[in-house]
Amino acid sequence: MSGGGSLYGGGLWSWVTTVDHKRIGILYGVSALIFFLVGGVEALLMRLQLGSPENTLISADLYNQLFTMHGTTMVFLAIMPLSAAFFNFLIPLQIGARDVAFPRLNAFSFWLFLFGGLFINASFFFGGAPDTGWFGYANLTSTQYSPGMRVDFWVMGLQVLGVSSIVAALNFIVTIINLRAPGMKLMRMPPFVWMTLVTSFLLVLAFPAITVGLVLLMFDRTFGTVFFNPSGGGDVVLWQHLFWIFGHPEVYILLLPSLGIVSEVIPTFSRKPLFGYPFVIYSGILIAFLGFGVWAHHMFAVGLGPIGNTVFSATTMLIAIPTGVKIFNWIATLWGGSIRLRTPLYFALGFVSMFIIGGLSGVMHSSPPTDLQQTDTYFVVAHIHYVLFGGVIFGLFSGIYYWFPKITGRRLSEGIGKLHFWLMLIAFNLTFFPQHFLGLGGMPRRTYTYQEGMGFDDLNRLSTIGSLILGFSILVFVYNLLKSLRSGEQAGPDPWEGATLEWSISSPPPHYNFMSIPEVKSRDPLWHPGGVVVPDAAGEPLMPGPSFWPVVLAFGVLLLPVGALTMLPVVFAGLAVVLVGIYGWAFEPAEH
Amino acid sequence: MSTGWPWYSPAAARSVTEPRRSLTSPGDRPSVAVPSSPHTSGGSFLSRFLLHRNFSADRYAKTLLGVAAAGFLLSACGGEYTQSAMVPRSDFARNVDELFRGIFWWAVAVFVLVEGALLVAVLRFREKPGADEPKPVHGNTVLEITWTLAPAIVLILIAIPTIRSIWLVDRPPTTEAMVVEVIGHQWWWEFRYPELGVVTANEMHLPVGRTVDVRLRSADVIHSFWFPQMGGKRDVIPGHETFVWFTPDSTGRYTGQCAEFCGIAHALMKMELVVEEPDAFESWAESMGAEVVLPAADDTTESGALLAAGSRAFMSGGCIACHTIAGTLARGVLGPDLTHIGGRRTIASGILENTPEEMARWIRDPQAVKPGVLMPTMGLSVEQIQTITTYLQGLK
Repeated sequence: MSGGGSLYGGGLWSWVTTVDHKRIGILYGVSALIFFLVGGVEALLMRLQLGSPENTLISADLYNQLFTMHGTTMVFLAIMPLSAAFFNFLIPLQIGARDVAFPRLNAFSFWLFLFGGLFINASFFFGGAPDTGWFGYANLTSTQYSPGMRVDFWVMGLQVLGVSSIVAALNFIVTIINLRAPGMKLMRMPPFVWMTLVTSFLLVLAFPAITVGLVLLMFDRTFGTVFFNPSGGGDVVLWQHLFWIFGHPEVYILLLPSLGIVSEVIPTFSRKPLFGYPFVIYSGILIAFLGFGVWAHHMFAVGLGPIGNTVFSATTMLIAIPTGVKIFNWIATLWGGSIRLRTPLYFALGFVSMFIIGGLSGVMHSSPPTDLQQTDTYFVVAHIHYVLFGGVIFGLFSGIYYWFPKITGRRLSEGIGKLHFWLMLIAFNLTFFPQHFLGLGGMPRRTYTYQEGMGFDDLNRLSTIGSLILGFSILVFVYNLLKSLRSGEQAGPDPWEGATLEWSISSPPPHYNFMSIPEVKSRDPLWHPGGVVVPDAAGEPLMPGPSFWPVVLAFGVLLLPVGALTMLPVVFAGLAVVLVGIYGWAFEPAEH
Repeated sequence: MSTGWPWYSPAAARSVTEPRRSLTSPGDRPSVAVPSSPHTSGGSFLSRFLLHRNFSADRYAKTLLGVAAAGFLLSACGGEYTQSAMVPRSDFARNVDELFRGIFWWAVAVFVLVEGALLVAVLRFREKPGADEPKPVHGNTVLEITWTLAPAIVLILIAIPTIRSIWLVDRPPTTEAMVVEVIGHQWWWEFRYPELGVVTANEMHLPVGRTVDVRLRSADVIHSFWFPQMGGKRDVIPGHETFVWFTPDSTGRYTGQCAEFCGIAHALMKMELVVEEPDAFESWAESMGAEVVLPAADDTTESGALLAAGSRAFMSGGCIACHTIAGTLARGVLGPDLTHIGGRRTIASGILENTPEEMARWIRDPQAVKPGVLMPTMGLSVEQIQTITTYLQGLK
């Protein structure tokens, strides 16, 4: 069982071997925040380069590495694992379980994510980072046009991360379906649990597509196959289909957890249940389902022909409907409420208001002819940042402010939190709103410089100034985090008077979560008298003990790509470690 | 041309006749101070600022919002865009522009309504001390149906013109169009006019009022062909032939550039389009189709000797491995055709003005001008570079 007394006590070894979902959640969260800072620094370097025309601060070569790694880092190493941090910490608490279904597998997912992330970033020290964009379009990624190891780091690192994601997703699907407390029917699950379930299905269904693409690309690069080589009969457009069949659902993998968080925060601070709960849930499912039928809207400029463009345009427009339904239901939840304007709600409202803008520009390029002018310009850079930063990141910050007291037992400072919010909201808009104009003014994206006199100078300077303030706002957040960890106000079990089960136990929760498993009688159990029934406890529950096999197995998996890039014996060593790891894992005696 | 668009650009509307300044000429570097990071001080300043007794972030919000509003006004002013997608100069571009304007105003209407409703909800229903707990409303089916149908109707109103436009711009050109083959290379553009027997690079000429059927191929990786004022972009894909067509309706010079990331020098893969009256176009095509008028290169005059030396240096200096000059030994196909290089306005795919000085600088060290470019540094002497430049400048 985990270390003496406090949930977070114990030395380094206890963290390495932990199988407690809460500690793993924290490991995910801290790693993701560090990667978020790395990706942010990459973004700031790019903005400094673009702050003036014909700038020579960053070379073309480095700039291309930076935008590739910024995208890859933010998608795979910051936003996804930050969502995973919430899944880990909260799902068992919200469904009234003591842990996830497979605690050791959960640890394995984390270590694989961390090793994969470090592996990709290690490329900076071995001849340069990947430089073909986070979308890695063939045939620029072929050995002919991208010799060296840069693309190999990307291809293999993403495969490692893919395994981590699929394993984690399966774990959460099983957990949510099987470990719900008695009485928690599907339609009584908190919206965040629902969105986690939907996201997990998306992960399981979408990652195989990119995995196929990555394996084919790896074969092309390593063994000279020609899947994406036109001179050998291969097809570069095939990569685009495989990538976007993954890539568009991936957008919803990033987005849905935030939709879930906001659907928790708005009711809590409006003092009203979520308006139209079933419609909000069904919209989420519908968004995920439709998300698989829209991928070619990333490819309108390829020239798929009028029928293809019409169909993918129509399916893309359809997604606006369930998205709108969610937004209207959030507004209706606020309507008639008794709104407590606390920091989590600030960020949730920031999410809604910015996400509307990203959604509307999305409708603009769901129309193929207008998209032909907008795609691959700064207009799209603005659009994705309104969705992924204005949307997702604001939503995740809302979640951090909301659940920080549950995780640590202390509140984040409200004053500094509000300063963080206003700085971030304004700086975000200063950075990205002008980019709409730049795109329509003819500025292509992924360009390390632009000539003086093209009309791009002023707005780029404004955008760069905004990005520096944005970076500063993140430092304000980090300061708040560190300060509140040490001296934040004690939160108690239920600082916000929330409705869901996690607020019924102490903050931070005991390592076994619930002394006895509660019985749920209502959708908002803590808001209804008798909404939750707690049976008498039969002594402290037995919990799974720590295990070092997950980290051993993950290390073995890491050795495979390391060996592929260095020497073959390392691959065999990796295989040996994997086999030993699986054996040790399988026959580990159950100790408590 | 309509006005009232914040990004409407008079500069782009004019025919662009002034050559742009070169990308890297040292004389006119902008003196933009790179703003330094404002967060150099440590936590102590921050905590003093934040822990000030009367501190309230909300009170600063108004000031900050004022700053933001000013920022947006500034952003609406913008610059004078020289290749704005909002200044259409062909049937294709005008079609897209009109479609976009329709969608834009729908978006503005939705934005105002939804953000307005959000704002009203937040301002009106703030917590009041002593008030009762709000009524626990769980939903309303009529409302749900309404706000499912309302966006659906708006989307249908957007979809109808969209689909009409798709079927117009995506089908092959119906009129007797002039075919121009465009071949994307890392990192320059090749233009071939099969009907006219013209091959040139980085500078495309078209007659005003005639539809052009642009057939796109790639010599290496994916590029994207984009003259914003002529319409939307079309990818240039190895192993495929794609097409795009449009009818330029105003004479002038327009700039464009590659819009799909294609490797290290992607940002500098530019091109120019000269739309001219049919007569002017005819005479351009004629001069391009003709054998290049080789300047008198003999050793009897000083200038003749210079040209002869330049020609010899070019033919023996390795240049011919990649470049073609029709009617000479130079038949390389990896680099741009230089048969009429002296008549082009820019070199190095639209990033340098075509002057003897710039051309010499380019030949001396291409990497310094365009990092990653495939043209090697040939190790020529200053003298050789000078004679080659003189020779090439003479190839009109």
